Amino acid sequence: MSPSPWTGRARVDDRVILRVGAKILIPFILIFALYVQFHGDYGPGGGFQAGVIFAAAFVLYALVFGLGNAIKVLPPKAAYFCGAFGVLLFVGVGYASMALGGEFLNYSVLAHDPTHGQHYGIIGVELGVLITVFGVMVALFYAFAGRRRLDR
Amino acid sequence: MIALGLFNYWAVIVLMMVGFYTLIARGNLVKKLIGLNIFQTSVILMYVSFGKVEGGTAPILIEAAEHGAEAAEPILYSNPIPHVLMLTAIVVGVATLALGLSLVVRIKEAFGTVEEDEIQSASL
Amino acid sequence: MSQNLPALLVVVPLLLAPLAALSGRAKIAWGIATAACWWTLYAAISLLLRVQESGVIRYSLGGWEPPYGIEYRIDLASAFVALIVAAIGAVTIPYAGTSIAKEVSEDRAPLFYTAWILMLAGLLGIAITGDVFNVFVFLEISSLSAYSMIALGQDRRALTSTFQYLIMGSVGATFIVIGIGLMYVMTGTLNMVDLAERLPMVESNRTIPVAFTFLTVGITLKLALFPLHLWLPNAYTYAPSAVTAFMASTSTKVSVYLLLRFFFTIFGEVFSFEQMRLNMVLMPLALIAILAISLVAIYEVNVKRMLAFSSVAQIGYMVLGISFGTVLGVTAGIIHLFNHALMKGALFMAMGCVMYRIGSVQLDKMAGLGKAMPWTMAAFVGAGLSLIGVPLTVGFVSKWYLVQAALAEGQWFVAGVVMVGSLMALIYIWKVVEVAYFQEPDPDHEIIEAPLSMLIPTWVLVIASFWFGIDATTTATVATQAAETLLGAMP
Repeated sequence: MSPSPWTGRARVDDRVILRVGAKILIPFILIFALYVQFHGDYGPGGGFQAGVIFAAAFVLYALVFGLGNAIKVLPPKAAYFCGAFGVLLFVGVGYASMALGGEFLNYSVLAHDPTHGQHYGIIGVELGVLITVFGVMVALFYAFAGRRRLDR
Repeated sequence: MIALGLFNYWAVIVLMMVGFYTLIARGNLVKKLIGLNIFQTSVILMYVSFGKVEGGTAPILIEAAEHGAEAAEPILYSNPIPHVLMLTAIVVGVATLALGLSLVVRIKEAFGTVEEDEIQSASL
Repeated sequence: MSQNLPALLVVVPLLLAPLAALSGRAKIAWGIATAACWWTLYAAISLLLRVQESGVIRYSLGGWEPPYGIEYRIDLASAFVALIVAAIGAVTIPYAGTSIAKEVSEDRAPLFYTAWILMLAGLLGIAITGDVFNVFVFLEISSLSAYSMIALGQDRRALTSTFQYLIMGSVGATFIVIGIGLMYVMTGTLNMVDLAERLPMVESNRTIPVAFTFLTVGITLKLALFPLHLWLPNAYTYAPSAVTAFMASTSTKVSVYLLLRFFFTIFGEVFSFEQMRLNMVLMPLALIAILAISLVAIYEVNVKRMLAFSSVAQIGYMVLGISFGTVLGVTAGIIHLFNHALMKGALFMAMGCVMYRIGSVQLDKMAGLGKAMPWTMAAFVGAGLSLIGVPLTVGFVSKWYLVQAALAEGQWFVAGVVMVGSLMALIYIWKVVEVAYFQEPDPDHEIIEAPLSMLIPTWVLVIASFWFGIDATTTATVATQAAETLLGAMP
């Protein structure tokens, strides 16, 4: 954690409101991200927005509890992995639809009923987008925040 | 009156020129990136204002419209395609900005400055 | 599988790119990149053969019928450009394995190869897509990966030149998006074929010329036509050698293809050339590029930079061919597209070999290299002859077609400029030859020949540049057919 500019006073006291506030907020942010994610099939929303909101929860955690703690929760390697894995999931859905005889990303062939297939397909693709965007956003935050610490 | 009726284009043009001017005239690399971002954002605004249909609502499929729509009058939707396109453009803009900023960080480490003229005199 | 080949051409690299990022080891990532490059070469060749056999291939992504969904549309011109990109990728990737191991640190190498694969996918995507907004997306995929690869150059000036490229490239791309948006608002479609059908109905509206202008500026910025070429020399000079070779032979070529696609297929020759008088802009700029930039190249002492300037001049030749607006002229442009990819790729790869051994490409450091690195310098001379346009090389074929196209239009002056440009190429290639072969080497340094893994790809391109120079029928046939398709002379 970065040293507090107000030395002499207990740091925990300074941030107690922030800490409690963040602890309350973070679960709701994560739930909201999932709401945006799964609501994206019908209404406004989708993987990109959800990924950014999901990442925002981690950024908030890192800002309040320090980068070191955030890295313990989600190591940078894991963030990179998410960034790449989401793309694999996305492309994987495309390959699955090709393997089942449709065009690339033709969801209709994924299940017996085209409408069901479209449901599965869009959920898979959006999940891929969520994971990638989340991973990339957190990795970007780590990259910039970590570098500033080195500078000091 | 015609000029006022197209006020969205005026907003776009003003934003675009603000961004473009900042991009060209400022020597600070971070300011250049901000200019670039304003420039790109003006295009997003342009597309989104294309998509607006007068009196049209958000293009969300409403259950009632799905099932018993024959009686009700047809719902007028705004065009969602420009919005979808701009979602992609936003992603591209974010990626460009992130890459640009990381370059600026590394330029700062390598040259000790982010001012264009100082970098130029340093690399000679 | 075979019916999905158009999608697989782009999607296989997209699948392999994250795998390369996850691999964590330079060697494995390189292996994955090699697989991607060679797969695309196979796919591009079979697509070209299929197009020649049975005409345009249309593939609707996700099963959405065009014009509602995104469509891949492969005609002869796009298949040919895709083949150029894939072939150069397949040749440069073995070279990159050795060269990048020395120039890029081990921990960054997996991400470097990821960027390489993504750039390949982006360039191929531009070539085969039939949707104008998709063009922009692929353009940015390839550009963003190019920026990150150039920034990995060893010199710290690589960073500033990347930044310059990033700013100019993004402005160019944004101009293209503005143009696309204005076309969309007038026609309500993004599909290229659909646009071509609907544009004539709204041509009289002032929006369409504005869209045309934005697109012209954006695309000429991306293809580095004089005077919008300022990003190119620095980017090519400080990028890692393999990246320079790959980029110089592919990315500007794909932009030239975009120029052809937008101005001939979408706007149509009549609108672009007779109504908007595009040739009045393109031809003078191309001529200035050939003369002025060749002159700059003559005075350059960094050989990589010299070749970069020469690239700008060579782009002038391509645009010159296109600016005639005739089948012969466009054929010349397309032939030069292919030929220039071969020779400039070989030249930059030879310089990469020099960089690998002596760590510099300054002219004064290259004294006596003809004896120390005979194969590398022989490759340089071979490809250099092609750049000059000596008979039996591809350069001669390009210039032959260009001069023919100029004479068919009665443009004696233009034909003269092409000749003068060749003479200027002779001067700057000769400068290198003179230093390398007729100056005594520095006796303190023991310089040995570049490794085989770098020499063989270089020589593949050199031999190809002679092969297609001696027997130009294949390229000329494909290029003529492609030009006829673009100009609508053939259904």
